[in-house]
Amino acid sequence: MKILLKNKSDVPIYEQIKEQIKSQVLEGKVQENEQLPSIRQLAKELKISVITTTRAYNELSDEGFIISVSGKGYFVAPKNNELLRERMIFEMEQAFETAVESGRNAGLKDEEIIEALKGIMEG
Amino acid sequence: MEYIMKIDNLCKSYKAFSLKNVSFSLPKGYIMGFVGQNGSGKTTTIRSMLGIANKDSGNIELFGLDNVKDYREIKQRISVVFDSLCYPPHLKIKHIESMLKSFYDKWDSEEFHRLIKKFKLHENVKIGKFSKGMRMKLMIAVALSHKAELIILDEPTSGLDPVARDELLDILTEYISDENNSILFSTHITADLERIADYVTVLNDGEVWYTGTKDEIMDKYVVIKGDEADLPDEIMNKSIGYHNYRNGFEAMLEREIVSDLPEEIEYEKANLDDILIYIAKESAKNE
Repeated sequence: MKILLKNKSDVPIYEQIKEQIKSQVLEGKVQENEQLPSIRQLAKELKISVITTTRAYNELSDEGFIISVSGKGYFVAPKNNELLRERMIFEMEQAFETAVESGRNAGLKDEEIIEALKGIMEG
Repeated sequence: MEYIMKIDNLCKSYKAFSLKNVSFSLPKGYIMGFVGQNGSGKTTTIRSMLGIANKDSGNIELFGLDNVKDYREIKQRISVVFDSLCYPPHLKIKHIESMLKSFYDKWDSEEFHRLIKKFKLHENVKIGKFSKGMRMKLMIAVALSHKAELIILDEPTSGLDPVARDELLDILTEYISDENNSILFSTHITADLERIADYVTVLNDGEVWYTGTKDEIMDKYVVIKGDEADLPDEIMNKSIGYHNYRNGFEAMLEREIVSDLPEEIEYEKANLDDILIYIAKESAKNE
């Protein structure tokens, strides 16, 4: 697990931690069921506040990316986790919404928007 | 939540200054930043906690114990790091140790010598010759060696170079990583706090201006800038530390009011320094 924080970034630190853990989970760079550093360990390593790391972990576990096992710590959630899948579908739908809106604002017809999407999918 | 420190309605008056109903508490296992401009009452609060200054009224509990009645037990469990050395300067480390060993019940010699090595402190030099960074590390080594559960830092980072400050942050985050230890960190260098503090208490003119999580206060305010003519009166009245200068105005505002701002007015997130500056400007205005 690698987390690199940018102090001067406008993105809050808990958000940076979340995004980086998320992308490592999604890209398979961390294994399912792999144990994460404890909240206090991570705070110590990154030299940040315990409340910040607690918030990042809580939100990641609410979103289904990690699971908390009481008394043992935090683990990377299994990939086929339903919640995680739902989350990704939700994110996809949101991105589509934005895309459709931009397309319509640009005066494209629905067919043209669909063609554009097909083009992207075919790479 | 278990509190390591609870201050209720602390009052203390001097001729020219008074602490007015200061209340705040620190949950066990966390770091609280303690900030405010010079003369806002931070040191008086700390001195009252330690029983060096006698409070006029109010309650101070440390480890659930009364700070006056149970001061003997409290002194064993607490350590204070000041910005200047609190030991005689002509002593060497071995003298310091023999002096403190008899005072602290839980003194751990092995740990002390391990830390002296780790912090690269010279054993054969009088401590008066130590640099500021080394003095601070010596006081921290003492705190860790008698198993203090609460460390109070009173402006230890003023006059420290960036490397020494970074080392201090390392030591402090390691210290609280066991969930049992807590820190009250009074400092002017707010950048250090913005990173490691869990809670922040802001004192202004002897009163608590804010106490709560750092994330909340850092999210709560924005600095606004622009042309005075664009600023509606009702927003100006809600602003903090409003002041004009030749090219426009500057003020601080609660973020939730930002949506009412006209487009012409720029705003950006206020950091702890900004907050302290605008509070001071607001107070100066009301005098």
